[in-house]
Amino acid sequence: MSVEDGKLTVEVWRGAGGLGRFETFEVPRQESQTVLDVVSWIQQYADPTLTYRYACRVGMCGSCAMMVNGVPRWTCRTHVGKVATGDSLTVEPLRNLPVIKDLAADMDPFFDKWVQAEAVHHPSETRHDPMRAVDADSSARQQANAGIECINCAVCYAACDTVSGNPDYLGPAALQRAWTLYNDEREADPEAILDAVSGVGGCHNCHSMGSCAQYCPNELNPLAAIAGLKRETAKRVFRRRKNA
Amino acid sequence: MLDLRLYMAQRLSALIMAPLVIGHIAVMIYAIQGGLSVDEILGRTQGSFAWFAFYGLFVLAVSVHAAIGLRVIVHEWLGLKGGALQAFTWAVALGLLVLGGRSVWAVTFA
Repeated sequence: MSVEDGKLTVEVWRGAGGLGRFETFEVPRQESQTVLDVVSWIQQYADPTLTYRYACRVGMCGSCAMMVNGVPRWTCRTHVGKVATGDSLTVEPLRNLPVIKDLAADMDPFFDKWVQAEAVHHPSETRHDPMRAVDADSSARQQANAGIECINCAVCYAACDTVSGNPDYLGPAALQRAWTLYNDEREADPEAILDAVSGVGGCHNCHSMGSCAQYCPNELNPLAAIAGLKRETAKRVFRRRKNA
Repeated sequence: MLDLRLYMAQRLSALIMAPLVIGHIAVMIYAIQGGLSVDEILGRTQGSFAWFAFYGLFVLAVSVHAAIGLRVIVHEWLGLKGGALQAFTWAVALGLLVLGGRSVWAVTFA
């Protein structure tokens, strides 16, 4: 592939709401260029009306995810050289979310589902209590630790075919967060979490296709978290029978 | 479109079906050795409570399992939801139950 003097042909989704079309831009190739660099170049030098979202540029904030050549990616950490087909690139807003304008997807449904999944910490102590020691080696803590590096980028949500087919489905990120909190020994109401993920859009809708785990830029495994929730909710059915 | 209740119903019906499928296939392989006739089959099944229970349970499990599975496919691929989805699920379940139940009855106690 040509770097330095070369040009990149970039198809960028333009439009608001459900309407739009691709617009083509020629962007100069550079060494170690990221997809976010390309989008920023277009906005700075070709068309200042291009709308997109980013903040940290170092893979921490989770705000720059877009579809790149049909695949959801964190654009600030995605090198053009690794994903371009020849000298061309297609950039679209994240799948499975409404589009606000151009490359900016509306994240509201994504975060609303975090709340629906009861992926909210219910404190078991107040700020006046002494800090509780957490056993870092316990198996529950290991399970919780496995998911805490989620940066809420919605790449898994965009990758999930179950979300596409079933808009009520809470999605991998919210369920993984629920699983993390369920396993946190400081969580006061783990039963409320299991209730929240057992409803119509809950964890039981997952078909275990694993796109979430495949595309997660932080290499987390929401699929395993969802399997954990399925296991715990199923166990609870028998537990309840026994206690009844 | 699956809540915990439907999920458990589908998993438990699968659990019931697994040994029945193996039993069904094993008997088929065993029974066709040296040819197979209608009389031979009916001779084995007619008046047999054991075969009635075996295939009766099979039909019941299939009706539950298939109805929930098709419900998911129809929701995700055709967008059916609400009352229509509910009606579809029950129609498949009852349809399979009636069709399968009639067959079981026909070869056992009819």
